[in-house]
Amino acid sequence: MKTLLRKYGVWVAAAILFAVLPAVFTSNFALTLLCKMGVLIIFAIAYNMLLGQGGMLSFGHAIYFGMAGYCSIHLLNGMAEGMPYFPVSLFPLFGALVGLVMGIAIGYVSTRRAGTTFAMISLGFGEMVTAMTLIFVTFFNGEDGIQADRWVGPEPFGITYGPQIEVYYLIAIWCFLAMIAMYAITKTPFGRMSNAVRDNPERAEFVGYNTQRVRWLAFSLSAMFAGAAGSLHAINYEHIGFESVSAIQSGAVLFMVFIGGAGHFLGPIIGTVLLVFLDSTLADYTEAWLLYLGLVFVAIIMFAPGGLAGLIVMHEPMWKTDVRLLRKLFVPYLLALGSSLILLIGAIGIIEMIYFITIIAVGRVDMHLFSIPIKVNEVTPWLVCTALIAVGVQGCRLSYPKVAESWNDAMIAVKARIAG
Amino acid sequence: MDILIFSLFNGILYGMLLFMLSSGLTLIFGMMGVLNFAHASFFMLGAYFAYQISKFVGFWPALIIAPVVVGVIGAIVERYGLRRVHKFGHVAELLFTFGLAYVIEEAVQMIWGKVPVSYHIPEVMNFTLFSLYGLEYSAYRVFMLLVAVSMFVALFFLLTRTRVGLIIQGALTYPNIVASLGHNVPLVFMMVFGLGCALAGLAGVLAGNILGTEPGMAIQLGPIVFVVIVIGGLGSLNGALVASLFIGIMQTTAVSYDVSMNGFLNVIGVQVDFDSAWRMLVDLTVAQISPILPYLLLTLMLIVRPRGLFGVRDV
Amino acid sequence: MSTVLKMADVSKSFGQAEIIRGINLEIEKGERHAIIGPNGAGKSTLFNLISGKYKVTSGTIDFNGQPIHNRRPFEINRLGLARSFQVTNIFPRMSVFENVRCGLLWATGHRYSFWQLVDRQKDVQERTKLILEQLNMSSRADVPAGLLSYADQRALEIGITMAGGGEVLLLDEPTAGMSHSETDYAVNLIRDITAGKTLLIVEHDMGVVFDLADRISVLVYGQIIATDTPEKIRKNAAVQEAYLGTEAH
Repeated sequence: MKTLLRKYGVWVAAAILFAVLPAVFTSNFALTLLCKMGVLIIFAIAYNMLLGQGGMLSFGHAIYFGMAGYCSIHLLNGMAEGMPYFPVSLFPLFGALVGLVMGIAIGYVSTRRAGTTFAMISLGFGEMVTAMTLIFVTFFNGEDGIQADRWVGPEPFGITYGPQIEVYYLIAIWCFLAMIAMYAITKTPFGRMSNAVRDNPERAEFVGYNTQRVRWLAFSLSAMFAGAAGSLHAINYEHIGFESVSAIQSGAVLFMVFIGGAGHFLGPIIGTVLLVFLDSTLADYTEAWLLYLGLVFVAIIMFAPGGLAGLIVMHEPMWKTDVRLLRKLFVPYLLALGSSLILLIGAIGIIEMIYFITIIAVGRVDMHLFSIPIKVNEVTPWLVCTALIAVGVQGCRLSYPKVAESWNDAMIAVKARIAG
Repeated sequence: MDILIFSLFNGILYGMLLFMLSSGLTLIFGMMGVLNFAHASFFMLGAYFAYQISKFVGFWPALIIAPVVVGVIGAIVERYGLRRVHKFGHVAELLFTFGLAYVIEEAVQMIWGKVPVSYHIPEVMNFTLFSLYGLEYSAYRVFMLLVAVSMFVALFFLLTRTRVGLIIQGALTYPNIVASLGHNVPLVFMMVFGLGCALAGLAGVLAGNILGTEPGMAIQLGPIVFVVIVIGGLGSLNGALVASLFIGIMQTTAVSYDVSMNGFLNVIGVQVDFDSAWRMLVDLTVAQISPILPYLLLTLMLIVRPRGLFGVRDV
Repeated sequence: MSTVLKMADVSKSFGQAEIIRGINLEIEKGERHAIIGPNGAGKSTLFNLISGKYKVTSGTIDFNGQPIHNRRPFEINRLGLARSFQVTNIFPRMSVFENVRCGLLWATGHRYSFWQLVDRQKDVQERTKLILEQLNMSSRADVPAGLLSYADQRALEIGITMAGGGEVLLLDEPTAGMSHSETDYAVNLIRDITAGKTLLIVEHDMGVVFDLADRISVLVYGQIIATDTPEKIRKNAAVQEAYLGTEAH
């Protein structure tokens, strides 16, 4: 019983969470947000099968997401016009098929190379499909996209998918299933070898694996799950537009996965939940939200390439060897965090004031910065913010080497335990 | 005929503009192995800086100052950003420049707003230099062409006649050799990156007032520049020139041709009389599919011959 | 005895430089064959040719009667010829257990399976545990391989190589960079875990070579100047002049 709970406890908890979330967050806004998160979590984990598990950076993975969305919308509209009925509940399977077929075809030519070449090929395909949306008007309908009504055909068990809550549970169930499936795939021989090819393709060849085949398979499976997500996206919004196949969507999923952490299964989930939430809340507070997002992304690449999940996971060896090792990290971490916070407050202040001057209220001078009323034409707020930045930068310069030092010390202790 | 000549001239002009962008990008890639996603963003910065500077001191000083400023920013980005990411590998570098492109676009919006700024052609150049088949050609366009050509000549001399140029050339062919020559590699990298960005900035100064200076200009041009350097061969300056002209002429001439597959089929005597969804495929004109062509070329080239037309080694 | 590996007139050029110049060599089934030679003689290149990392410029390499030159590394590996690397070439982010397991997934027929959980495959798990026991690494099975000491990483490297159960093992300087005691340990380990297999080994340490090998080939400037038993190689005048004379202790 205990081992069963340890093994499957996380999944049971996840299932319960999926079930009760709408009861906890009851507003329409929250429900919309949850639906969006569910769809994008599938897409993000699917994308991470490529980036995190397989080491392939794609700039065009929205193709499979968006094309499955378009096909699903066409299927809905076709059903409304008398085509044979296909249960809406099973649409993700249809989307998965679309994604898989496209993934097999495009993946075959893309995955013959890895690294930068792969990334550029993916960019080429992404731009090609985006350009097609404006050309093949009957299928894509240009910039307007296509509408559909998800309330079609029979109503098994009274499910109409009219109310959003029914759509939520549809997304939740499929998200749950997709999460289990994609997690399980990481634990299969293919999943392990996908990691092996990512870390050391040469060695993988010399233990009998065709690295191109491994990449191709990873690509196809990833496209398949992306397709499932795309069809849920179409059902959720009853609309699909060109941005869903374009670099906008491809970039968004890259941001979510990388900021969350590509090296860990939880990373994409963390990233999606965080970014979707911030995107719909912070965007109301600040014009600069997208700038902050970009800066965070760059900062993650420079200082924490493992993403948020990576920051947690990098402490696993110490935590596994001896929890006391972590305690020594506490003070340096606190100092570094404090300095970063000071730096951040100063930088945010400056950015917000510039936005206020140039975009929000040209000509006006009274604004609230961190709820403090200030005048942007006075020198004081600028001076204060600049001073904060200077203090923050100096603090970071002093504290981060200490962080690195104490972390290295802890790692040395871990290695000593392993060797001894 | 007149349309052909006109679009040919425009194509060459557009091609030379592409070359100003792609020459820097291909140099950077050839030396550092970094595919600079943000290259077109430096182009955009050039245009915005020129707009801002020419407000105070006029166009001509801006023509010099703006590219220098862009180059300095590029060098700073290399020194404090890219160099740090270098140890994580080329994919991380690619991601870094991708994020940088995003940040620059947002920063430009923050400072200059989301709508185009009114960056105009200088008054002295705003007259018709000559007319061809009744189509007028402004002096500014000719000036642009001249600057682009002299930039190519200057670059050519820099690479073949100077010491730094020879080091750069050596690094293009044998990336590992420069370190063993005892040169300060990080410094050379920083200079090349800065120079490449400055060239992109110069292109921005020249083209911003014709193409329009707005936050979306980087995203519009960025992928096309990638196409150019991949087709020309990464790291090859000659390849970049040929491919720039090729893509430039292709883009501008294809747009003006209303030939479709159906039309072609009619000429050779085949009548398409079915009325299905496939009908739209044969009815597509060259002008309509021209936006796809560059990317089709890009992917085909990468799949079939990743070293491009003139490249010496694979991506 | 039968011939397992047969090289006939194998040559390899890089541009103008001919690194391997017409090598003829036959490896008998079950023997431990060492290849020695001065730096730059082409030992590693030879390994890279046999294992498929490089393509031969001319000549043929047969493995159990099948031509393997110009075949790709994974195809050669699947036939039962495995190699290790001079520079440690493991999966540093994976655990020790997973490193060894990666080495035998193909050989146990699991290939690209994405429908079976690998932890539930009894054959894989037990064989991996067995190899870890042979390597004396059972206690460190869950440690990330990148955290192991250098000598342990070298041992793991050999473990990955022999995990697939290939009948011929190519070991490229397995004791490079090890201390004396580590080398002794490694030699015994190699002797134990490769019992009954055909071994082709490149080595700098003469102690290891004369201790381990049944036969020795001497490679100088891309050509094999002698192939014989250790005693006879020691006495061979040409070898002494070309190689041992400069390095003999």
